Amino acid sequence: MSVMVVRKKVTRKWEKLPGRNTFCCDGRVMMARQKGIFYLTLFLILGTCTLFFAFECRYLAVQLSPAIPVFAAMLFLFSMATLLRTSFSDPGVIPRALPDEAAFIEMEIEATNGAVPQGQRPPPRIKNFQINNQIVKLKYCYTCKIFRPPRASHCSICDNCVERFDHHCPWVGNCVGKRNYRYFYLFILSLSLLTIYVFAFNIVYVALKSLKIGFLETLKETPGTVLEVLICFFTLWSVVGLTGFHTFLVALNQTTNEDIKGSWTGKNRVQNPYSHGNIVKNCCEVLCGPLPPSVLDRRGILPLEESGSRPPSTQETSSSLLPQSPAPTEHLSPSEMPEDTSTPEEMPPPEPPEPPQEVTAAEK
Amino acid sequence: SPQMLVHNLQELRRSASLATKVFIQRDYSDGTICQFQTKFPPELDSRIERQLFEETVKTLNGFYAEAEKIGGSSYLEGCLACATAYFIFLCMETHYEKVLKKISRYIQEQNEKIFAPRGLLLTDPVERGMRVIEISIYEDRCSSGSSSSGSSSGSGSSGGGGGAGAR
Repeated sequence: MSVMVVRKKVTRKWEKLPGRNTFCCDGRVMMARQKGIFYLTLFLILGTCTLFFAFECRYLAVQLSPAIPVFAAMLFLFSMATLLRTSFSDPGVIPRALPDEAAFIEMEIEATNGAVPQGQRPPPRIKNFQINNQIVKLKYCYTCKIFRPPRASHCSICDNCVERFDHHCPWVGNCVGKRNYRYFYLFILSLSLLTIYVFAFNIVYVALKSLKIGFLETLKETPGTVLEVLICFFTLWSVVGLTGFHTFLVALNQTTNEDIKGSWTGKNRVQNPYSHGNIVKNCCEVLCGPLPPSVLDRRGILPLEESGSRPPSTQETSSSLLPQSPAPTEHLSPSEMPEDTSTPEEMPPPEPPEPPQEVTAAEK
Repeated sequence: SPQMLVHNLQELRRSASLATKVFIQRDYSDGTICQFQTKFPPELDSRIERQLFEETVKTLNGFYAEAEKIGGSSYLEGCLACATAYFIFLCMETHYEKVLKKISRYIQEQNEKIFAPRGLLLTDPVERGMRVIEISIYEDRCSSGSSSSGSSSGSGSSGGGGGAGAR
């Protein structure tokens, strides 16, 4: 009698999703593949704030007011929360069309345009729609095999179509789209405020302490101050500028993608049909509007017959003993079956009668 | 009881064979909000009354409009969530999610009462990325004499059957 290790593995949908995303925590977290710059962002924020709390805050809390570190902590927690929300959530990925749907759409297109000879790439497929008295074109996405909704775009880095695609941000390690744009905006806004706050209070600290022990002594006592001031200075120029730019976009209900492509600017172009014409209304919709849930269903469980069907065993003798369920055979160690006479590498050992219950479970 | 109704649907799947699927596309004439076209597909012509179909789609559209409504309550939810740094979403369901659950129940109800008896099955758009309403059209294998117009029943498929003719 030999002991078999048959691990019953539940496959969740995120494991089979196409596209170039990374998933963590069993599908709860969704990010782009390159995360290096995101770690840098984390490091800079955490590092600078740690130095600030460790050194300057202690002095300022005593000398000026204990409210200073409290506000700093609130700003810090808010920007970390929004950063993680931006980085870890589904930006609004549109799942790819299933084969039936893709075939249906192809048929429709062929019906309108006529068949294209094999091997020849057909021209970009465009459908015209009218939105609020303006014609908007829908483009067909060859990768996802769908007609992209208006304002959606295909991210080449993540290889997904994203609704209301803004841009792909390497600093947060994710795309910014319909579902996480408000988190992104609040992140850069709170980071701007945090940067200004830390920068200002560093100056105040240096000024106050210099009065007592002199400028050079101050810097020698807390060399971290120089580092913080430098980081804040460079961050200020970039992040505050970005916040200003996105405030402008939010007020006009535009995306970065549309702004770069110049979709709504210029004399011959249509006006932005999504803008309410009112800055306050635009801001409210973008930042406080209803939040659609993710349609990816990352943690849904795939039915067993879909979760990676193993090729049928080619071994004559044991094929009848093997159940149909795709229990991962690589977990079975052939060396545990000494009574097999044929080469252990090729012959998967016969499994105990337990697996047929798996098959019936799969039928449910 | 719901269990019996679900069982009936499974019976339908087993006893009938899938003939074809129709996909109701999104209607973007009112912007990016989720709405589906109410145009009656010709494949359903022999299976269901036009009015029933339109009513179902219009009700669904109404639900989606309710989910995406921009107004006082949605602003309140947004601001409250922002004030808690969105931690409140860890324990609270959003308005949109609540409406999606209502939609699921409605679709199941419609399937039981109206579509399954006619050999049709609606798939919740949420399972198709909110792109389409997928309607599966089943041919009843068990029915001996019933030959609805344009569909070949029982005998080996010799390419008959009107409908979409996708094969």
